[in-house]
Amino acid sequence: MIEKTLKGKPAYWIWLAFLGMFMAVGAACYIRQYNIGLGLTGMSRDVSWGLYISQFTFLVGVAAGGVMLVLPYYVHNYKEFGRITILGEFLAIGAIVMCLLFIMADLGQPMRALNVVLHPSPNSMLFYDAIVLNGYLFLNILCGWVILTAEKKQVKPPKWIYFFVYLSIPFAVSIHTVTAMLYCGLPGRHFWLSAIIAPRFLASAFAAGPALILIACLVLKRVANFDAGRKAMNKLITIIIYAALLNMFFVGLEFFVAYYSNMPGHIEALQYMFFGMEHHGVMYNNLVPFMWAFVVLAFGAIALLATPAARKNDFVLGIACLMLFFAFWLDKGVGFVLAGFVPNPLGEIVEYIPTMNEIGITLGVWATGFMVVTLLYKIAIGVEHEVES
Amino acid sequence: MYNKGTIIPGLIIFVLFVTFPIWFNGLTTAGDLPKPELPPGGEKQCVESADYMRANHMQLLNEWRDNVLRDGNREILEIDGKKYPKGLQTACMACHSQKEKFCDSCHTYAAVEPYCWDCHLTPKETASKEAIH
Amino acid sequence: MDKQRRKFLKIAGASVVAGIGAPAIIKLTATPALASGHDAAAAGHEAIPAAGHGEQGGHGEAAPQGVRLGMVIDLRKMNDTPGLLDAAIASCIAAHNIPEFPNSKDEIKWIWKAPFSGVFPEHSSRHAAKKITDNPAVALCNHCDEPPCVRACPTQATFRNNANGVVAMDYHRCIGCRFCMAACPYGARSFNWYDPRPYIKKYNKDFPSRMKGVVEKCNFCSERLALGQEPACVESCRGTGAITFGDLNDPNSEVRQVLDKEFSIQRKPSAGTKPSVFYIV
Repeated sequence: MIEKTLKGKPAYWIWLAFLGMFMAVGAACYIRQYNIGLGLTGMSRDVSWGLYISQFTFLVGVAAGGVMLVLPYYVHNYKEFGRITILGEFLAIGAIVMCLLFIMADLGQPMRALNVVLHPSPNSMLFYDAIVLNGYLFLNILCGWVILTAEKKQVKPPKWIYFFVYLSIPFAVSIHTVTAMLYCGLPGRHFWLSAIIAPRFLASAFAAGPALILIACLVLKRVANFDAGRKAMNKLITIIIYAALLNMFFVGLEFFVAYYSNMPGHIEALQYMFFGMEHHGVMYNNLVPFMWAFVVLAFGAIALLATPAARKNDFVLGIACLMLFFAFWLDKGVGFVLAGFVPNPLGEIVEYIPTMNEIGITLGVWATGFMVVTLLYKIAIGVEHEVES
Repeated sequence: MYNKGTIIPGLIIFVLFVTFPIWFNGLTTAGDLPKPELPPGGEKQCVESADYMRANHMQLLNEWRDNVLRDGNREILEIDGKKYPKGLQTACMACHSQKEKFCDSCHTYAAVEPYCWDCHLTPKETASKEAIH
Repeated sequence: MDKQRRKFLKIAGASVVAGIGAPAIIKLTATPALASGHDAAAAGHEAIPAAGHGEQGGHGEAAPQGVRLGMVIDLRKMNDTPGLLDAAIASCIAAHNIPEFPNSKDEIKWIWKAPFSGVFPEHSSRHAAKKITDNPAVALCNHCDEPPCVRACPTQATFRNNANGVVAMDYHRCIGCRFCMAACPYGARSFNWYDPRPYIKKYNKDFPSRMKGVVEKCNFCSERLALGQEPACVESCRGTGAITFGDLNDPNSEVRQVLDKEFSIQRKPSAGTKPSVFYIV
């Protein structure tokens, strides 16, 4: 089936070349970082995680979001998702590849990464994260490939694969739960120390992941003559709306707990994110525009998606999904991780601004993920066209 | 034989190419056995025999590392009245003070780059920073 | 024929997976957290006392007996002598080859000065005494009894030495994920964003430097304790009583004598970390 990636229209090759260019720049930036050190990033003693880990956190959600297609199709026998379930599985593969690359980019000593396996530490949440992420990657490759092969041969998938399909559902939940536990079990970081982090992560994941799949469906409809079906798309929209509303509800709860209890530790990070914080006469408010953009875009997207007239129009629907995806990226892929470090354990405020080198690596990893997803989608669509003709 | 004119020169080139390491090392000094310089202070005694150290110094160093850092066992070794506080800088470099002429000679020959020196300081390096201050 | 080949492939596949997985599982069960029998075996091994400090090895979960090294910092005495704290910091920098980066974002700090309100946010009040607000406090690794950094570390590169309670770092094993930095409630950990060597002013020939990409912090001068010396900062405050060091579990030790007499506080007690560093203000 891999041969399907080798034939395509010029637009396909231009797209791959475009991604390849970013990958090359990212690789060059990474070589610099590897040789000189992580000092080339904007991270500091006080904001010790930056873009890499925040992208990782967000993309774990995108990967987990694929389960919103697998679950209705396999557990509730919702046939309309038959054509697009594979898109969810393949998107998860691309997203996890990005997650693992971001982790590697973030390590100070990447050559020692295997120490996590050689010296397993069951007390560390990263140990479990490594297990579930790699496990979920493996499950998606296995399930996606076996089911697609069966479809190509026009036979029923072997029975044993359903065990792994059902297993992938708790795994999807676990990857984002464990990722939330990286943060919410740390005693000194009040913003992260909240039991609602895991449910909130899952809610935003179940909105952002399907939103990206919906965008992919709309793009594939135009460029690859692949129609996901209006019924399937409408169901996806319903899922996205509910999940997005849940995320906004959870964010609201954080606000209530912080400001009603009036506990400084709980207020500080929210204050810094949404309103800016004054410290020693200096106003620190780098994240404020991002966070308000998140709120406006998220509610705007939900309103658009909930308006029947608007979502009938493919263009408006695409814009709404893009808005929602970007909004939740601002929420989790920018705000959540960075604001957790403000103020630092000694009450000082240090702001983080990513460097060009760091942004180059980040774009390179995103391009790699899009490349993986493009190639996998090319295979999946190719097989579907072959079966239909 | 067909195509004698191409096959035979081709074979010769191929053989020369694959035996490159052998004749290159023979013709140049790259293949000469390394001669690590013994301690400038003339010490003859080490924590183990020379043969053992030659073969196993890396395991011994790893063992010391785990003793000192992980197990909190910083017991000072005493062999024939001489004290050796476990450690590359505290024990080894005390006698083998010229890393460049001792450690490097074999490591370069064997093309290994142990990461010891990323952190551990040689006497030459420590001397360089004492002068500045 | 085809069926047999299939069966063979299945068995071969299963064996490969088992072969790859087995070492990890054996390692896993060999960690003290899971195999309690291991502790007893290690106890005998660790029972070699370091000179002058009589560390006795390996106690299990019931901690109170055995050695737990700790420190009492008397901020009153520290601030009575001008320059004392600076001297203590300088001696630490000299003893451990700590680099001094010009840019505060890259800083490496083992023991450092900070405002009282930063070091003790839970003990700060609006109308604190002048001596509190005008003088700096001291921050360093607390060598917690329940260290969150150790819990977070995915490779056991940072761990609690059960023989003396010191929270130690194995720089050879650290992968530089900085999870411990996010976990530490005291900001006691620093990361080597660059190769530290060019920024070390003067080398101590008996101690290594670190390399880029690893996390480092105060080690309670384990290397000096082994030689029967006091920690560098304690030594430079000798005679002033500003820092007292010793075994918190020994009722006759100097630290306990001080703690029994004076009212002391600890940093962020609500974090549940049980620090080994006490302060008298």
